[in-house]
Order: sequence, then structure tokens, then C-alpha cells
Amino acid sequence: MTTQSQSRMPSLQAKTAPITSSFKATLPVLFGYIPMGMAFGLLLSDQGYAWYWATIMGVAIFAGAAQFMAIGLLAANAGLFEVAMTTLLLNSRHIFYGLSLIHHVQARGWRKLYIIFGLTDETYSLLTAHHATQSQRSRPTKESSDLALSEGRFQFIVTALNQSYWVFGCTIGAILGGAITFDTTGLDFTLPALFMVLVIEQYKATQKLFPFLIALICAVASLALFDSDSMLLISISMTLALLLGKHRLDTRLGVK
Amino acid sequence: MENTLYLVSFILVMSLATFVTRAAPFMLFHKQGEHPILVFLGRYLPPAIMLLLLIYCVKDINWFVDKGGVNELVALGVVTIAHLLFRNPLISILLGTSLYMFLKQNM
Repeated sequence: MTTQSQSRMPSLQAKTAPITSSFKATLPVLFGYIPMGMAFGLLLSDQGYAWYWATIMGVAIFAGAAQFMAIGLLAANAGLFEVAMTTLLLNSRHIFYGLSLIHHVQARGWRKLYIIFGLTDETYSLLTAHHATQSQRSRPTKESSDLALSEGRFQFIVTALNQSYWVFGCTIGAILGGAITFDTTGLDFTLPALFMVLVIEQYKATQKLFPFLIALICAVASLALFDSDSMLLISISMTLALLLGKHRLDTRLGVK
Repeated sequence: MENTLYLVSFILVMSLATFVTRAAPFMLFHKQGEHPILVFLGRYLPPAIMLLLLIYCVKDINWFVDKGGVNELVALGVVTIAHLLFRNPLISILLGTSLYMFLKQNM
């Protein structure tokens, strides 16, 4: 394809490319979210709730860890203040996700709001990996506004697809209940496999080792010193602190 | 009826609290422009968090009991090699996961 014919039809490409590329990008999440959502639906229906409550929670909350915790909170008949506090604490790692995405969410209006609403661990991973490879490939040109447009569509579709997998999993898990017979043991390995791939991709995009070294040190420290359930929040906070320290040191030493 | 009311408010509270954690940085920092610290974090926080999420997924393995962690290490090794060879995320993840499922269910 010549450069001329490419520049003549950027709008068509911008319209179709994000759909196929975002579906491909979300496939590992599909295989991770459906079994995980099913596990949630199963547990919730075991507590005696009608199946549609699992659907409603998948739609309105869309947070794996929080929803699993909700089962325990519901069983304990927890007060709403306690629910709010526990959820804020459990999900506070999301604050750091937003922090590194502030200028990278390319959609506008309600689509942007939706992307922020749907910013799970996995959505965040896909969006940052996509952005890293995009900015690696393309120098800013006059077409960069087209690129931003298609990146915005990509981000919106990825978020919506991820949530649809999750809601689907929650729903069929709750409907099927104990009737599930096929052996899905190990299927949830798609998520660590996805993160492994994204670690490699992030390394190829940044070509820097220090973020991984910092993360490794913080992970080991938080696992050694604290309860392993709170590992993510503690290690991400420590990582943020060390990265800020490194940035300060770099600017003081004049490192570019 | 009382139960339904509780359930609906429960879900609303949890939904709102989750949204607050996701939206807070966008509400607090959107006027900052391209502040150098935000640019720095935008570049180097994602790789660090990716590794933390990976470690988080395997943190509960009991490394010192039975064959603790061998299946996971082998499968992650296959993911890495496949990804370095083909650089196709789907192939890498599919190979690693099917191998892991086989090991986990049959070994």
C-alpha cells in the first residue's frame, strides 16, 4: 500500500481497526474474566441470592476483589459505612492507575467517564501497554489527531468488552450454580500469563530496568513485612514513593 | 422488601466507592497539564505495576511444599520464550495457559 492511499482513507481505518485490534487485545481477559466471574456468580447464588443480583453487581460495581469481598460483607449484614470504607481501602490502588493515565485517556465526554468507571487491573494493563507501543511506533505528526481518535475508540471498546466478559461470567456462574461439570482448573492462568507478556512489552517500550527493580524490591518487602492480602496496595504505594524519589534525584543531578 | 432495599443501597455504595478510587486522580490533577512528574509516572509506573500484578498472581504459591510453584514457573517460562520468539500475545498466553492447565490437571 502506498503512502498516498493510506492517507486517503484514515477515517475508515480509524473506524474499523480499533474494533478488531481491541477484540484481539482483550482475548486473554475474556479467558480470565469468565471463569473468575463465574466463580463469583456461583458463590453469590450459593448464599441464596437470585441470579440477577450477580448481573447487577457486575454491571454496577465491576471490580473483582470488591465483589468477592461483598459476599462476605453481605453475609455479615455489614453497615453501609463499613461497606464504603472497606471498598475504598481495597480499591485505593486504582488511584495510582489513574495517576499514570491522566493524559492518556483519549476519549471525551461520557465515553471518557465510562473508561474511568471501568478501570480494572486488566483494563489498565491493556490501555497502558497499547499506549506504550503506540507512542513507541509513531512520531508526533499531523496525523496524530487521527491516532488519538482511534486510540480513544480502542480504549472505549476494550473497556466495554472487558466488562461484557465479566458480566457474562457473573451471570452464567449464578445461573448454572453447581451444575458446572467441565474442568476449568488452571484456566485462570491467562491473567498471570497476560501480565508476563505485558511486563515484556513494557520493557521493550521503555528499555529501562529500574521500574522493574523498584517493583521487585517493593513486592518482596511488602510480602515479607505485611499481610499478603494487602500486598498490592502497599507495594504500589512503596513503588510510587521510590519512583518519585528517583525522579527528584534525576532532576537534581540533571539526568534526562 | 427490606432486604432488597439493603441490597440495592449496598450495591450503590460499593459502586460509588469503587468509582471514586478510579476517578480521583482525574478530578484532582486534570488541570495540571503535562507536569514533568506526571509524565515521568505515566512512563515508568505502568511497567512497575505490571510486574507487581504478575507477582500478586503467584504470591500465594507455597514454594516449599510438594511441587510448589513448578507448574507456574514452567508455564511462565514458556510464555516468556514464546513471546520473545513470536511476539504475539495471544500465542504466548494460549501456549502458557494450555500447558498450565495440562500440568495442573494431570500431574
